[in-house]
Amino acid sequence: MRALLYRDLILAIRAGGGFGLGLAFFLIVTVLVPFGVGPQSTLLREIAPGILWIGALLACLLSLDRILALDWEDGSLDLLATAPLPLEAVVAIKALAHWITTALPLVLVAPVLGVLLNLPATGYLWVVISLAVGTPALSVIGTFGAALTAGLKRGGLLMSLLVLPLYVPTLIFGAEVARRGADGLTVQSPLMLLAGISFGVMALLPFASAAVLRINLR
Amino acid sequence: MSLWEYANPVKFIRTTDKVLPWVWVLCAATLGTGLIWGFFFTPDDFRMGSTVKIIYIHVPSALMAINAWLMMLVASLIWIVRRHHVSALAARAAAPVGAVMTLIALVTGAFWGQPMWGTWWEWDPRLTSFLILFLFYLGYIALWEAIENDDTAADLTSILCLVGSVFAILSRYAVHFWNQGLHQGATFSLDKEENISDVFWYPAVLSMVGFGRLFVALGFFRTQTEIRARLTRALLAREGQM
Repeated sequence: MRALLYRDLILAIRAGGGFGLGLAFFLIVTVLVPFGVGPQSTLLREIAPGILWIGALLACLLSLDRILALDWEDGSLDLLATAPLPLEAVVAIKALAHWITTALPLVLVAPVLGVLLNLPATGYLWVVISLAVGTPALSVIGTFGAALTAGLKRGGLLMSLLVLPLYVPTLIFGAEVARRGADGLTVQSPLMLLAGISFGVMALLPFASAAVLRINLR
Repeated sequence: MSLWEYANPVKFIRTTDKVLPWVWVLCAATLGTGLIWGFFFTPDDFRMGSTVKIIYIHVPSALMAINAWLMMLVASLIWIVRRHHVSALAARAAAPVGAVMTLIALVTGAFWGQPMWGTWWEWDPRLTSFLILFLFYLGYIALWEAIENDDTAADLTSILCLVGSVFAILSRYAVHFWNQGLHQGATFSLDKEENISDVFWYPAVLSMVGFGRLFVALGFFRTQTEIRARLTRALLAREGQM
């Protein structure tokens, strides 16, 4: 398992573009928003947590087809399926690798971009916490979407259509935590619900993803 | 004699061929009576005026939108457990009907919301959950269309339907958390003495039953079409080989 994780991380970092791309995309989305809605700092302060969440979500979505498509094409997925490691674990490791390479940098960089959006000082901590708790769910759900469309030649758009509705609960609770945190309100209940969703999908969804992948590999 | 006999496509087509005309007639009778009664022979509501008549389309279509998804869920489960092709095809056939019902509910709701709430759209929990349900339908249909191998498509869409159901329910409650609503709570329920005044209640029940029969008729009809299309494809493939 550790070898597989190590391999995926190395591939993501060395295989050009994949690693920094999500970050760059996140940066650009955040920079474009003030051009779109105008530079009034009060408005930006209000929508900053939501924008950061949407940006992180889109950046995750953008990099989903890298999780399985390359391995599908060069046949290493077939090898992984016949390996002694259960496919559920393979899928979970893939999601973890995606989270480390794509989502973790986003979490770390979010406060910096918060400055650009005039995020209030109370908000930084909660934006980081909500993203750190919520993005694993995005990676795991995204892996399910990637597994569904693994066999398709141009599955990218279809995958967005399938995955985005599944992201709704995570986005609602995540953005709610960030917004309440920024307004200085209590965040306990949305944070617990967000963590519940995150841990729930981490525990259950790899089974669905593995089942889907087995059908696709048949 | 068991229910599983109808998993045989030929038997299914033969039986539904016999049943279908009756379902159509019953559907036309109840739906026609319900709608005409509702539109022309009920008084205007004292607050909502004649816009109250949208209820005869809005409520039944919303009901069917949810029931169609439930039916797809059951059909998907049957496909996963017992692998009857008719079941997978029935789920496929029901999806566009359900999507259209969802759209009808959303659009009639907008027409109703405009004069009553002064807005076409509001990010209210019920409206939002229905919009999300519509997106789920779109994704489900798109996945069916995208995959060429029939059995793979049936397997993948049935798992998507199961996972999607869980997330649809999650979204429904998440949306409630996110925004308190403008839409009223459930008006119709079975355990109340009188839901709304009887003048509105009877035609509403008739149109709900009518929409239900419409869904059954369309479901049978579309499932038959799917089975025949697949039979034709199988025959063509066999001839091509010979």
